[in-house]
Amino acid sequence: MSDKILEIENVTVSFEGFKALNQLNFSMDTGELRVIIGPNGAGKTTFLDVITGKVQPTTGRALFKGKNLRSRSEHNISRLGIGRKFQTPRVYLQLTPRENLDLSCNRHKNVLATLWGRPSGPERRTVAGLLETIGLTTKADIPAALLSHGEKQRLEIGMLVAQSPDLLLVDEPVAGLTDEETENVGNLLLTLADSHSIIVIEHDMEFVRQIARQVTVLHQGAVLCEGSMDEVQSNPQVIEVYLGQPEEDDG
Amino acid sequence: MTHTAATNLPLAKPRKLLWETGVIAVITLICAVLLPFVLPTFRLKFLGRFVALATAALGIDLIWGYTGLLSLGHGIFFALGGYSLAMHLKLQIPEGELPNFMVNYGVAKLPWFWQPFHSFPFTLVALFTIPALVAAVLGYLVFRNRIRGVYFSILTQASLLVFFFFFKGPIELFNGTNGLKTDKDLIFGVLASSNQAQLVFYELSILCLLLAYILCRWLTSGRFGRTLIAIRDDENRMRFSGYNPTGFKVIVFAVSAALAGVAGALYTVQTGIISPSTMEVPFSIEMVIWVAVGGRGTLIGAVLGTILVSIARTLLSEQFPEFWLFFQGGLFLIVVTVLPDGLMGWFKNEGPDQMRLLLGRPRKVMTYPSLAEDPEVEYERQNLRN
Ligand SMILES: Nc1ncnc2c1ncn2[C@@H]1O[C@H](COP(=O)(O)OP(=O)(O)O)[C@@H](O)[C@H]1O
Ligand SMILES: [Mg+2]
Repeated sequence: MSDKILEIENVTVSFEGFKALNQLNFSMDTGELRVIIGPNGAGKTTFLDVITGKVQPTTGRALFKGKNLRSRSEHNISRLGIGRKFQTPRVYLQLTPRENLDLSCNRHKNVLATLWGRPSGPERRTVAGLLETIGLTTKADIPAALLSHGEKQRLEIGMLVAQSPDLLLVDEPVAGLTDEETENVGNLLLTLADSHSIIVIEHDMEFVRQIARQVTVLHQGAVLCEGSMDEVQSNPQVIEVYLGQPEEDDG
Repeated sequence: MTHTAATNLPLAKPRKLLWETGVIAVITLICAVLLPFVLPTFRLKFLGRFVALATAALGIDLIWGYTGLLSLGHGIFFALGGYSLAMHLKLQIPEGELPNFMVNYGVAKLPWFWQPFHSFPFTLVALFTIPALVAAVLGYLVFRNRIRGVYFSILTQASLLVFFFFFKGPIELFNGTNGLKTDKDLIFGVLASSNQAQLVFYELSILCLLLAYILCRWLTSGRFGRTLIAIRDDENRMRFSGYNPTGFKVIVFAVSAALAGVAGALYTVQTGIISPSTMEVPFSIEMVIWVAVGGRGTLIGAVLGTILVSIARTLLSEQFPEFWLFFQGGLFLIVVTVLPDGLMGWFKNEGPDQMRLLLGRPRKVMTYPSLAEDPEVEYERQNLRN
């Protein structure tokens, strides 16, 4: 069929009448790095919820590589090749970064395989390599609870990659990070973009400028406009609903 | 190089394992070989019971300590194991006869589900398989529907009530509240309450505890064990990494129930009775307390907690029989408020620190000043979790 990795067709999600997503249409090519921006409450996280099976669309459908995602459970969707990083880092705090990565890296995730299987040589090397990529080699064997916020963000991105998904969904990866950490994460995502399709949701305009090629603006549950960063920034509608506000938001 | 951390770890692990194996082997030998000579018979009997109970505690630790599911209904599985073995003993009578109590209640024919318990091999398998199956079915229904946390606990307690009335109700089937007494029954031609048989039960209890420990140790290490901890930490996150937690939880619940079944069987023959009172609420809560006192999430803690609490219970009941429940409640409060990680947790964490403080040395600090403690981030974490 097409080389679209993701197609969202007329998706509406209503929570007791409130439409978090409203007739949303969206599509994305394989290999693309797409940034989605939009004010708080625009429906960005809900958008990811629909793709990952956490929320069922009230109407419309989502296709991943041409496959309808409706009524598939979260773990099935994940196994199809979609990885997700949450808005607040969700890593397993009682496990070490190495163990966190190993769980994601595990190729066979059913009960028996997990019970009998041991990490294979290649898997071990993948984990060691990832620890280096995300800069956590020295902290690989302390509980993740002791990591800083930024380190957890990086660890969760690492877990995502360990899954070796085709599509990465990354929700606000630099929230709460220092400028330096933000740049690191940006570079990490750019490296990953060479071999993955990625959707990044972000607020931080500096960061968006660093990584963005194609930007989609979400507003009140629908796509407001789409284009390069410059096009989007000069769009009067966008300026009105979004770019006019971040000063207040950040302050 | 970056690989030092990776290579250090496998080196440290076998040595630790060797130590653990050594210590456990010594303790097992002391209990199995030495104690029968030194302890007076009646004390040994008590110890045998506690050892049997510790097997159940390991099960509780598996499901609660490691997987984060608080079961308040393990009395069901304990009783199922106990009744299975007791039924077999009740059938050690001449062909065609019925157990005494059935005759008293005018039962003419042995009920169909009693029939297979004539067979010892069947009984042996049944006493852990029946609890495991019941747990698997119950667990599947509950976990598939994503019932968690306090709702799971309430459901297990409700099931406990159902089983309580099932065993108590039809008096001609299980002898109602009186339960099944195994004192005067024969096992392999020997009186079950004889010293000879009791010594065998004692040794069997130790063997079962050892095997259960090895099983739990295996389950909680490696990938499977880490999966359980991850489920406890953030089950929903697991789904987005491609894991379906349902299967894991069902297996662990079933294994945990099987251990309770074995414990119930061994406990029954050592006390000489199984009755619906093991399915009363306080007993299931007591199992949880053993683990809480010892330290959940540590297998040694579960065993230690059971033995210590049970010894305390015995001593206290000898002195003031009516005070046990009162004491039990107090113990629970103390553990929850003062020792949230139990004795083992205290040894591991605060213990060394407090010792150091007493000696006037600074505390060892292992954390980084981290944004993670930021109340805002914490708030968000709580609220975004589903
Ligand atoms: N489970 C839910 N129940 C009810 N309302 C929800 C739920 N999830 C999100 N919403 C609402 O949907 C809107 C979009 O939320 P969200 O997708 O989180 O926005 P964003 O991530 O763009 O800030 C918000 O107004 C939010 O309150
Ligand atoms: Mg959001």
